[in-house]
Amino acid sequence: MTSTADTAPDQVARLLALVPYLLARGEVRLDEAAAHFDTDADQIERDLRLLFMTGLSPGLPGDLIEVDLEALEGQRVIRVDNADYLARPVRFAPAEATALVVALRTMLDSAPPDAQDVVRRTLAKLEEAAGTGADDLLRLHVAPSPAEISTVVPVLERAIAAAHQVELTYHVPSRDQQTSRVVDPRGLSRVEDLAYLDAWCHTAQGDRAFRVDRILAATELDTPVADPSARPRDLTGGWFTGADTTTVTLRLAPAARWVTEYYAVTGRRPGADGTLEVDLEVASEEWLRALVLRLAPHAVVLAPDDFARSFSASARATLSLYEGDGVT
Amino acid sequence: MAQQRAERLMNLHILLLGATRFVTKDVIRRACYTEHPETTAGDEAFERAFERDKDALRQIGAVIEVGSADAYFDDELGYRIPTEQTSLPEIRFESDEAAVLGLAAQVWQQATLAKATGRALAKLKGQGVEIDPSRLEVMAPSIAADEPAFEPLWDAVGKRRHVSFPYQRATETEPATRRFQPWGLVRSSGRWYVVGHDVDRGEERVFRLSRIVGPVKPTGKSGAYVVPPGTDVRSLARRLSPSFPSVRAEVLLRPATGVGLRRRAESVTPDPDGSGWDLVVVDAPVRELADEILTYGPDVLVRSPYALRTEIVERLRAVVAVTS
Repeated sequence: MTSTADTAPDQVARLLALVPYLLARGEVRLDEAAAHFDTDADQIERDLRLLFMTGLSPGLPGDLIEVDLEALEGQRVIRVDNADYLARPVRFAPAEATALVVALRTMLDSAPPDAQDVVRRTLAKLEEAAGTGADDLLRLHVAPSPAEISTVVPVLERAIAAAHQVELTYHVPSRDQQTSRVVDPRGLSRVEDLAYLDAWCHTAQGDRAFRVDRILAATELDTPVADPSARPRDLTGGWFTGADTTTVTLRLAPAARWVTEYYAVTGRRPGADGTLEVDLEVASEEWLRALVLRLAPHAVVLAPDDFARSFSASARATLSLYEGDGVT
Repeated sequence: MAQQRAERLMNLHILLLGATRFVTKDVIRRACYTEHPETTAGDEAFERAFERDKDALRQIGAVIEVGSADAYFDDELGYRIPTEQTSLPEIRFESDEAAVLGLAAQVWQQATLAKATGRALAKLKGQGVEIDPSRLEVMAPSIAADEPAFEPLWDAVGKRRHVSFPYQRATETEPATRRFQPWGLVRSSGRWYVVGHDVDRGEERVFRLSRIVGPVKPTGKSGAYVVPPGTDVRSLARRLSPSFPSVRAEVLLRPATGVGLRRRAESVTPDPDGSGWDLVVVDAPVRELADEILTYGPDVLVRSPYALRTEIVERLRAVVAVTS
């Protein structure tokens, strides 16, 4: 995709936004204009040179747009004249209006109560400017997941980028406790619908994976992490230990094929009757047993033998609750 | 080449902007497309370039009107860009609102949507709006679209073009090619879906982008179909997704196990029969609940409803039959 490259329409779009600003100001310093548009002076200069070339063809109406190149190269000041017909920016294209409006609607879903009012006011103005016709907005709807609107994720991302320690307030549901701990964050990853922080936990003195939706608060500290070169572990094959992994082979019936979309499968071979044999690197046998039980009866553990036996024992033990005496 | 095209697009925009009459193709060609000679091949090249450029100006936001350029003969078509319809209405933002706009620029992690947001914000900056996100102590959500199918589908939604793509249903072994009118895109539970009209099946359908296993190919012209007025892609996605009725289930949980069930339980009380286990009441779709309960193995026993109990027992019997 060339979506990030600077295309001719991109440049024209920029210029048609730049000119109204310049005309309203009369005279603007190059670096000031660059800061206003959150870009660099070189790009503004390139765009102005295009503007200088515009209107030179015979047959175009009106006066030539004047760009004072001497002032631009000398004092680094922009002066543009004879462009009054470009005094107003072009209205939002449907894709532009949609991207901005939906971004704000998503912010409204996640904004804390005291910020909702300002987001709502801004959104209302944009929706009005975008227009109310059937084609003014494209159809795009986002219901953000908890991880996407988490306020701790940006803090964690900044800390990971800066290799700084983080202080976490973490909710442990099994003990129903809030704990406070200092960790060396290594990376964020997603397993199914959940996001996890992989970190070295100073409180527990070990590798830990924290569910992001259970991190109640995160504060970036000034202290650097002990080992900035530490790479995040692959959490896709079982997130709760940092132990060595075991290669597990599963046979998946068609109804269980979705496993290959969610987990890092290291090998896959077609099996009999439309089944699929896949290899997974698994860190925790408990995790694997839970996964294969969830898939029952569409997945079978082929290897290793001890995993296969313990899975089948677990299935029998569960069944005996129903067929035997119930809970005791 | 890109520089030459940018110049041409600027010239075309200026030529048509605010024109009181429709400008004929001949005039447009003489003013902006002199590089194409007056030959059959040159005529075709001009037509192609002009179509592409009109499309580009529309993508920037210009409204191009087509009408008769001659008062007496209506076979001579012309073009113009009316100033009022094409100009952004004047909007004033309070400084805290401008800060919100700055945060909006951080939401999209997908290149095309991020770029479109940037363009919209540049237009507001062109009106003099000063955008400074650091004024606000709020975090922007962060929305990604990593599926390769997103980009071509979004483009096709904007242009209303037909697409085809290979789709892998979870329950089938081979992908099947779908021909589709994409109406819109929906993100839910961290996944992207495309909603629209399946041409071969003659029905509304929803597809999950992660299951599109090959390239999305646009076919035919822009504006090839009309999305039915009032279409709400979110409710359509919800209606077309496979769903299962919810049930209120009573399950017994071994102490300190089944964290996920306890978290969304209506109530957690000691088993009145005195087993020492906990009686947990939870409301959820049958299938989803059965899947989750199975993951806890012998730590959970379903008391009711019967349908849930039966599903669990049958699935476990099937496992035991293959593994022993």
